[in-house]
Amino acid sequence: MSSTTPLLDVAGLTKHFPVKGGFPIRRTIGAVQAVDGLDFQVAEGESLGLVGESGCGKSTTGRLITRLLEPTAGKISYRGQDITHAGRKDLAPIRSEIQMIFQDPYASLNPRQTVGKIISGPMEINNIKPEGGREKRVRELLEIVGLNPEHYNRFPHEFSGGQRQRIGVARALALEPKLIVADEPVSALDVSIQAQVVNLLQQLQRDLGIAFVFIAHDLAVVRHFSQRVAVMYLGKIVEIADRDDLYGNPRHPYTRALLSAVPEATADETPARERIRLVGDVPSPISPPSGCRFRTRCWKATDKCASEAPPLVQVEGNKPGHLTACHYPETADTVPSPHLTKDPEAAA
Amino acid sequence: MTPPTPSPAAPLEVTDEDSVTPAKPSALKGNESRSPGRLAWSRFKRDRAGVISGYVVLFFFVVAICAPLISKLYGKDPYTTYGINIPGLLNEFNFPVKPNGGISSEFWFGIEPQLGRDVFTFLLYGIRNSLLIATAATLLTTLFGVVIGITAGYLGGKTDYLVGRVIDILLAFPQTLFFIAFWPVVLAIFVSPEENTPVWLTVTSLIIVMTVFGWASIARLLRGEVLALREREFVEAAKVTGASPARIIFKELLPNLWTPILIQSTLLLPIYVTAEAGLAFLGVGLQDPTPDWGVMLQFGAKYYQDDITFMLFPGLSMVIFVVAFNLLGDSVRDALDPKTKR
Repeated sequence: MSSTTPLLDVAGLTKHFPVKGGFPIRRTIGAVQAVDGLDFQVAEGESLGLVGESGCGKSTTGRLITRLLEPTAGKISYRGQDITHAGRKDLAPIRSEIQMIFQDPYASLNPRQTVGKIISGPMEINNIKPEGGREKRVRELLEIVGLNPEHYNRFPHEFSGGQRQRIGVARALALEPKLIVADEPVSALDVSIQAQVVNLLQQLQRDLGIAFVFIAHDLAVVRHFSQRVAVMYLGKIVEIADRDDLYGNPRHPYTRALLSAVPEATADETPARERIRLVGDVPSPISPPSGCRFRTRCWKATDKCASEAPPLVQVEGNKPGHLTACHYPETADTVPSPHLTKDPEAAA
Repeated sequence: MTPPTPSPAAPLEVTDEDSVTPAKPSALKGNESRSPGRLAWSRFKRDRAGVISGYVVLFFFVVAICAPLISKLYGKDPYTTYGINIPGLLNEFNFPVKPNGGISSEFWFGIEPQLGRDVFTFLLYGIRNSLLIATAATLLTTLFGVVIGITAGYLGGKTDYLVGRVIDILLAFPQTLFFIAFWPVVLAIFVSPEENTPVWLTVTSLIIVMTVFGWASIARLLRGEVLALREREFVEAAKVTGASPARIIFKELLPNLWTPILIQSTLLLPIYVTAEAGLAFLGVGLQDPTPDWGVMLQFGAKYYQDDITFMLFPGLSMVIFVVAFNLLGDSVRDALDPKTKR
């Protein structure tokens, strides 16, 4: 990653949504700090997982990368080219390389268009004329995503959720992208269908060398799919690391708490894990806590956490590329203090 | 998306089908796909009242279009004063000699008192003129309403605010009063009071004024629909692929708006027919020598105490048309929006 320019380079990415209020003259009275200073890179062919609980800015990040939203500050470069504030015309050549898969397969397909039209639409817009015509290409794409090419003339209402999501994948593939932002692509699907779609995406990543920004709140899915994982909390990345590093050696207390919440299937072989139960709610992104944003729910918080925001750095004992934003990083043997956070049932 | 005109055999095939299950033959073909529009069409075909009223409406339009042909075959026109020209048709009070308004094998719907014009051809041309005005006004209203409504909804912000206030003002305006009060004023701008107002000017100004006051309700409805649609992910998906706003509006949003557009315009046309007739009745709009439903009703109202026939033909035909068109509008809505239950 260090030798060549990364496919996608995000630096200090910030998105504040203004909050309007007041009468009779409406003015900006505050801002929802949905995303506040993100830094990360995505290498070619790599899959970066973006996890975090609801409202932490994952989807906003995805929409900023695909430029559906205008960033407030920061910089997004694609292959070294600055696309932070590029207009529709300037973006045109890059549009075909960055595509998106949406969360809700019921809302992301136009109900009045046939599958063929939905998938060939991107080619039409970007004036791509594949060999053998667009229809042939659409049939190929349908086959790639595991649908019957005969379904070319069908309408979205004739498909199930999983099939619809496959159509969405085919649409994203139509432009032969280098980077796909997948915004919770499986969270709206049945668990049995989730695996199929994730495996499909994984196969595409392997076969076509497409890089992914995979947004999800399901840690197991991310672990299955992504080589690197970034954990977000309240608009900031708190920890970013290679998959095995992050899941095996979480350094940020929040990451640890998240991981401890994943239910385990191997009940009797390994000793029961400490279940860290976080107290309280996520603070409002309109007025986030000073210093470390996680401090209000952290069992280790001190005065330093309130006054000083921890930088996202490689803390002592981390492998290269494993960055953590914490003043008091966890170690393998750190056990959260029982009176605050431990599951009472697990302690008993 | 507009359903094709019904073929004569179509309603006979499906009238006995169960109203819930879709038509069997197409389901068996497997790979054949049914668009939302075709599904609506097959639902419409199963609605007997809708199909019948559809035929009635179609009949009126055919009559209106073919009025010159019919009157040629019939051998009369609406302007010749047969009663004055041919002696023996009108009595000394200038009323038809024969009973029931002078209905005879020669004059099917009778002749008018005073001038003795042929009621049948007068009604044909009256329907023709009324439908011309109402259809033109409906089309223009729908066009402006759709364009303004979708644009305001899609662009949002200041445009939306401005358009919204204009709509508020227009909807608060007493349309009929404005018409009666300002009609002579508007006309006086174009024509001096001594001259006769040309018919084309009356027709054009009628259509224009109806459009000016009519687009607001459609625009408001579509603005709301667009506000809901533009946040849907398929619009974002189009944006991600680099679609222009024009493409998003016309290719992505518009196909999803045909349902409200079609429903609104089918309900609008009968309103315009009655509005236009009402204005003509009140003496605003089309005037006597020009055949028109409202002019006929005005005429009939003068004589109904002596002979109801002159009121009967225009009144009945109009009631049939408006009722049929409203029923058609209802059926169209039911067919396009299967969730509504009557």
